[in-house]
Amino acid sequence: MNFHLFPEQASTVARESDWMFWALTAASLFICLLVFLPLAWFAIKYRRGRKVNRQLADVATWKIEVTWTLIPLVLVMALFAWSADAFFRMESAPVGALEVNVVGKQWMWKLQHAEGPREINELHIPLGRPVKLTMTSQDVIHDFFVPAFRMKQDVVPGRYTTEWFTPTRVGRYHIFCAQYCGTTHSAMVGWVHVMEPQDYTRWLAQGSPEPMAAQGQALFHSLGCSGCHGVSSKIHAPPLEGLYGHLIPLETKEFVMADDKYIRDSILLPASQIAAGYQNLMPSFKGHISEEEIMELIAYIKSIANQAPEGSAP
Amino acid sequence: MNNEPENYLSEHSVRSWLLTTDHKRIGILYLLSILVYFAVAAVAAALMRLTLLNPTGDLVLPETYNKLFTLHGVLMVWFFLIPSIPAVLGNFVIPMMIGARDVAFPKLNLLSWYLFNIGGLCVLYAVVVGGVDTGWTFYTPYSTTYANGHVVTMIMGVFIAGFGSILTGLNFIVTIHKMRAPGLTWFRLPLFIWSLYSTSLILVLATPVLAITLLAIAVERLWGVGIFDPNLGGDPVLFQHMFWFYSHPAVYIMILPGMGVISEVIPCFSRKRIFGYHFVAFSSIAIAVVGFSVWGHHMFVSSQSVYAAMVFSVLSFIVAVPSAIKVFNWTATLYKGSISYDTPMLYAFGFIGLFTIGGLTGLFLASIAVDVHLHDTYFVVAHFHYIMVGGMVLSFMGGLHYWWPKITGRMYPEIMGRIAALVTFIGFNLTFFPQFLLGYLGQPRRYHAYPPEFQVFHVLSTAGASILGIGYLMPLLYFVWSLKYGQRAPANPWKATGLEWQTPSPPPSENFHETPIVTEEPYDYHPEADELPPEPQHA
Repeated sequence: MNFHLFPEQASTVARESDWMFWALTAASLFICLLVFLPLAWFAIKYRRGRKVNRQLADVATWKIEVTWTLIPLVLVMALFAWSADAFFRMESAPVGALEVNVVGKQWMWKLQHAEGPREINELHIPLGRPVKLTMTSQDVIHDFFVPAFRMKQDVVPGRYTTEWFTPTRVGRYHIFCAQYCGTTHSAMVGWVHVMEPQDYTRWLAQGSPEPMAAQGQALFHSLGCSGCHGVSSKIHAPPLEGLYGHLIPLETKEFVMADDKYIRDSILLPASQIAAGYQNLMPSFKGHISEEEIMELIAYIKSIANQAPEGSAP
Repeated sequence: MNNEPENYLSEHSVRSWLLTTDHKRIGILYLLSILVYFAVAAVAAALMRLTLLNPTGDLVLPETYNKLFTLHGVLMVWFFLIPSIPAVLGNFVIPMMIGARDVAFPKLNLLSWYLFNIGGLCVLYAVVVGGVDTGWTFYTPYSTTYANGHVVTMIMGVFIAGFGSILTGLNFIVTIHKMRAPGLTWFRLPLFIWSLYSTSLILVLATPVLAITLLAIAVERLWGVGIFDPNLGGDPVLFQHMFWFYSHPAVYIMILPGMGVISEVIPCFSRKRIFGYHFVAFSSIAIAVVGFSVWGHHMFVSSQSVYAAMVFSVLSFIVAVPSAIKVFNWTATLYKGSISYDTPMLYAFGFIGLFTIGGLTGLFLASIAVDVHLHDTYFVVAHFHYIMVGGMVLSFMGGLHYWWPKITGRMYPEIMGRIAALVTFIGFNLTFFPQFLLGYLGQPRRYHAYPPEFQVFHVLSTAGASILGIGYLMPLLYFVWSLKYGQRAPANPWKATGLEWQTPSPPPSENFHETPIVTEEPYDYHPEADELPPEPQHA
């Protein structure tokens, strides 16, 4: 049985998080001493029956009160500034990260790399490269927690949440579901495998699946999306080339950012946001498409974000 | 009993208890009922700790484990901690402390007790017919759509008991405003009254939000109205906002009364006026007010916006300050006092130690960057048990020992009391300190099985829990023993200053034979005068 007193430290964030953890521990110990030493001292020195001077000197108590109000206030504000700053950095994912989609369901993790491979309850990633997870759940709320990376994020049905990390040590680390999700919540666990880059390349080549965007393109045709959104379509539907990451004008005179969530909503709840100049014709695909398939479609639409809508250019 | 003068316990019929409107008797009714709920919840905890001795959790099935922690949480939070000090000790001593004959609305007070128990019986019924496995937090969409079991029955139990809470809070607010004895101005009030007043404000303002939230779950579960389930067009995170809008202030419902007890016990057993009366009083109000705006710190990883998280983080740090002020003032009160180590005082020392640790570990969780790692791990479990058990249960025990002579007219055996306080303190730390380490290692909460490298800490924790259990059983036994064999208590065994000590023990039905008149500030203790006293009367 291997035994640790402290968790393994295997990501860039883990270093910063631990730094703060131990600084907080030191500050707490200091405050404990500040309270417990006088407490013990008074309790012993002024115990009943002991002959000591109990005459109080006449001091302005409000000065004491203000002192021990302001010092803790300054201390906690400093802690706040530090942790908030660190959190901002933890939240902004670096560009050029490896992208992995995660779907949680009772009680397993389904993952898919942008390069194509799918995994269940396991995640293989290379050392030293940032990895960004885009996550959703097909039932209840879960939480993707990797203690060695000091990272967790709830995985919420109906939303996409993200989490990123840059592994700094080769090894095998726990994945836990940290949000209670029902009967075998404690079995919704897995492993992250951090590999040397060349091992990772070899691992990727093993299955040689198609990249996610290509799988999405295949779905785009097989589900019939291309019948309306395709180039040769006679139906007046918005073209999807050059769509992703742009502001879309709506019939309601509002604008909406064409991001993952917008595309997901447009597939499942097409009537909720109608693009300006189009009619509400699209059927909902709710119940006909899985969360993984939606994520593949998004990957495809993302991959054509830099193309001009055909026919629009001269 | 026939050689005693007439007092509130003189009548013995069942009817005289079940239809009583005497705040003292209602306090005792509450004490008996919360003991039952506590016992059930403690058994659930014991079964969980036994299951966790083993990484594969062989003792009970995962479903059973999940039902156990749900039961433990629901009963401990709503049916033990929230009513513990307010409804038992508060009911008993508030009117006496302010020189009143009863609370403002005695019949409403009895109604509160009935509502509370109807709620409690609903919860127990839900458990007997199959149980609920949602956790006490009832997170959606699990609770509304996916969970089996008797969720609605249990929710209704909490819902009904909530009205008992609201009425108790209302009763206390009106009582404290309108029924103070002549001369008892706001700044002559004992600090216990200030903290119960703050508690009552929260009870009245926050509990209705819980009622709405629970009702919304029932509506979605029964009729499929989409409020929280995204498949029905709802928002599951909305539930968390609503739930914690109540449940974070509820944490202060569970600790402010404890702080009130400590503010009574420390001056009495150090024979000193409390240091910084106004600061201690207003810090209670500050906690009650700021405590309403920190709920989002339960949701740092829930997908709420980064900016919202910042605001909740800064407010959570700020709410630590009034608690720190209290701890400093209690410590300063000891300076140049004449300190004795009677049982209530030992519990008060324990409280300061454990509450300080609980509060400081709260700073870890308010630091967003660190909370991302610690959230939903055993670190959080350890943190809130340091507040709820280390804080509230210890102060409840301290208060119960302090007022036991007044309540029953009997002294408990002092030596046993001191030993039990010590056993509780040791058992508690052994149970929960290892959980801080477990949480930092990454052990998530609510896990029926866990990786084997965590086992050492779980074994320590279970060993501690069995010691803690002894610490709870001892007072139960000697309190019952004292009812028959304990020495008769004088009116004021601790030579304390509050009005409740100026009337016989146990008090007459109308509390005071004549209405007291107050001419002084509270805590008129003099350490010099109390030096070299005759042996305490109970020794």
